[in-house]
Amino acid sequence: MSLLEARNLGVGYTIPGAGLFGAPRHLPIVHEVSLSLQPGRTLGVVGESGCGKSTLGRALLQLIPSSAGQVFWQGQDMAKIPNLRRRRSEMQIIFQDPIAALDPRMTLGKIVSRPLATFEPELSKAAARARAVEALQQVGLSADFADRYPHELSGGQAQRVGIARAIVGRPKMIICDEPVSALDVSIQAQVINLLMDLQESMGLALVFISHNLAVVRHISHEVMVMCLGRVVEKAPRSEFYARPLHPYSKALMDAVPEPDPRREKGRVGTALPGELPSVLNPPKGCVFATRCPLAAEMCHNSRPLLREVAPERHVACHFVEGA
Amino acid sequence: MPSDISPPFAAPTAEPASTLRLQFRRFRKNRLAMASVYLLTLIVLMCFFGPMFFPFTGEDADFDNIGAPVNLFSIHPFGTDDYGRDLFIRVLEGGQVSLTIGFLGALVAGGIGVLYGAAAGYVGGRLDGFMMRLVEVLYGFPYVILVILLSLLFGGGTVSLFAAIVFTLWLTPAVIVRAQAQSLAQREFIQAARAGGMTGGRIVLQHIVPNCVSVVIVYGSLLVPEVILSESFLSFLGIGVKEPQASWGNLIQVGTSAMSTDLRLLLLPGGLLATVLFCLNFIADGLRDAFDPNDR
Ligand SMILES: Nc1ncnc2c1ncn2[C@@H]1O[C@H](COP(=O)(O)OP(=O)(O)OP(=O)(O)O)[C@@H](O)[C@H]1O
Ligand SMILES: [Mg+2]
Repeated sequence: MSLLEARNLGVGYTIPGAGLFGAPRHLPIVHEVSLSLQPGRTLGVVGESGCGKSTLGRALLQLIPSSAGQVFWQGQDMAKIPNLRRRRSEMQIIFQDPIAALDPRMTLGKIVSRPLATFEPELSKAAARARAVEALQQVGLSADFADRYPHELSGGQAQRVGIARAIVGRPKMIICDEPVSALDVSIQAQVINLLMDLQESMGLALVFISHNLAVVRHISHEVMVMCLGRVVEKAPRSEFYARPLHPYSKALMDAVPEPDPRREKGRVGTALPGELPSVLNPPKGCVFATRCPLAAEMCHNSRPLLREVAPERHVACHFVEGA
Repeated sequence: MPSDISPPFAAPTAEPASTLRLQFRRFRKNRLAMASVYLLTLIVLMCFFGPMFFPFTGEDADFDNIGAPVNLFSIHPFGTDDYGRDLFIRVLEGGQVSLTIGFLGALVAGGIGVLYGAAAGYVGGRLDGFMMRLVEVLYGFPYVILVILLSLLFGGGTVSLFAAIVFTLWLTPAVIVRAQAQSLAQREFIQAARAGGMTGGRIVLQHIVPNCVSVVIVYGSLLVPEVILSESFLSFLGIGVKEPQASWGNLIQVGTSAMSTDLRLLLLPGGLLATVLFCLNFIADGLRDAFDPNDR
């Protein structure tokens, strides 16, 4: 049984209607995403900025409601788990912006120990603090950080605190939403290695969201490529990097080798030529058709389905034959 | 098992300081605001403890000294009114009423407004829309008519006055805090709190409200003079605090009617009220300067 499984997950946001009396509208962002994650494994999710990776990550934990499909946690439909709130210790998340993810009014000790007040209410204050200090040490921060405030931290230190908060309740899975994209290149490797160490020592499963294909290659067992809220390719890591099949994956791959540290924080999306369709007005056909070098008439009119073209390799493209 | 790739960071050695503490440190550097704090404290202490040093209360009439003039060395340093009541004591006792209503009113109105606004901003959606429409409707309600209605309901006096003040003054803090809460609700640490299993109520109380504290302190300090002023205004109109109970408002009202013959009946309560209002406004200004996130 998978630890986490999504079936045809759709997610969107409710936005205020136009004008004074306009009814609120639903803005769909993520469409028909299916995935499954085994304990201790890592699924890498890549895609350009704005394609809905963070939205998907939050919906996988049901932090925002999904509009279609289901998410299963250890085989149980999450929408139907009674008192899901109390089981959240098993599934945690690390955020894209490490500083914004820490309450500026709380000390780090309080931030890290706060989840324990909910998950293990029988724990005394002192014991909870001891656990928080232990978690801080696990991520390489000394105990005296417990009395600091978030504004005293560097980005890398803040991200470590975010990781400490995620592991303090001893989870089974962590969604890592671009955990290193806001950090300096020199710090990125440290944080990635820390996550891999923790994965090994705690048996964690990871969903690793990133726009950086090189980082994903380093940490993932399986890779999922998203474009405009849809999965266009899904494959085991080595096969994927040896030969990406979808034209979009290839384009992303070509946009990668730029070891300029300033570009590292930028987004791959800017490197792809052609017009990026708006989420407000999604194309009828293939989501990549407007920018695809192979695009033909049918690509604009009918959307290719995600199909298995080789064992464990799924691609959504009209032109990819069985490999 | 600390990871060997990353040497443990040592924390910086300086005293840890919350932003709140830094902001108060900045406030203390503001001379005018600090002077106002001291003066206000002095006035408050005088109002609450001053009357203890006199052998009579503000309601005791001294028939031998009716309408006594100012004589700083007599038993009635600022004289007595037409009923022989000591004016100084009456002004101090009136101050007790006005200051209590001012601070308590601001506290209650502010508290209600903050909780209401924080909840609306956090929840969002339809409920938020409904809650804010309600505030708009209440905004439209004419203030003086409300006071008259409430005084009919509660039989007038301090209670209905207080109710009316709270009823009208919680609206603005609610609107201000709601805007702040709305933007806070989008921040990632709120998502993190939800991932940490916190309930909506706890998130509002433990994350949203504490992060609104700057706005609340600044706005709250403006609320106090507003409440004192409306108390005085209503008592002046005769709908608020009733004789023989003194308040600055009704003392000023008595003072104005005797203005042409005896100015001190107006000057003493009026001067004290003005001083308090000045102090509170300087303090509010200082707090705003210290807390304004834009100049960081
Ligand atoms: N609260 C919201 N309300 C309405 N629309 C939103 C909201 N949050 C995100 N969106 C929209 O959803 C789309 C996907 O956003 P998301 O944050 O999931 O992208 P992302 O893939 O994580 O991008 P990035 O790489 O920049 O983090 C964007 O077009 C964004 O404008
Ligand atoms: Mg994102």
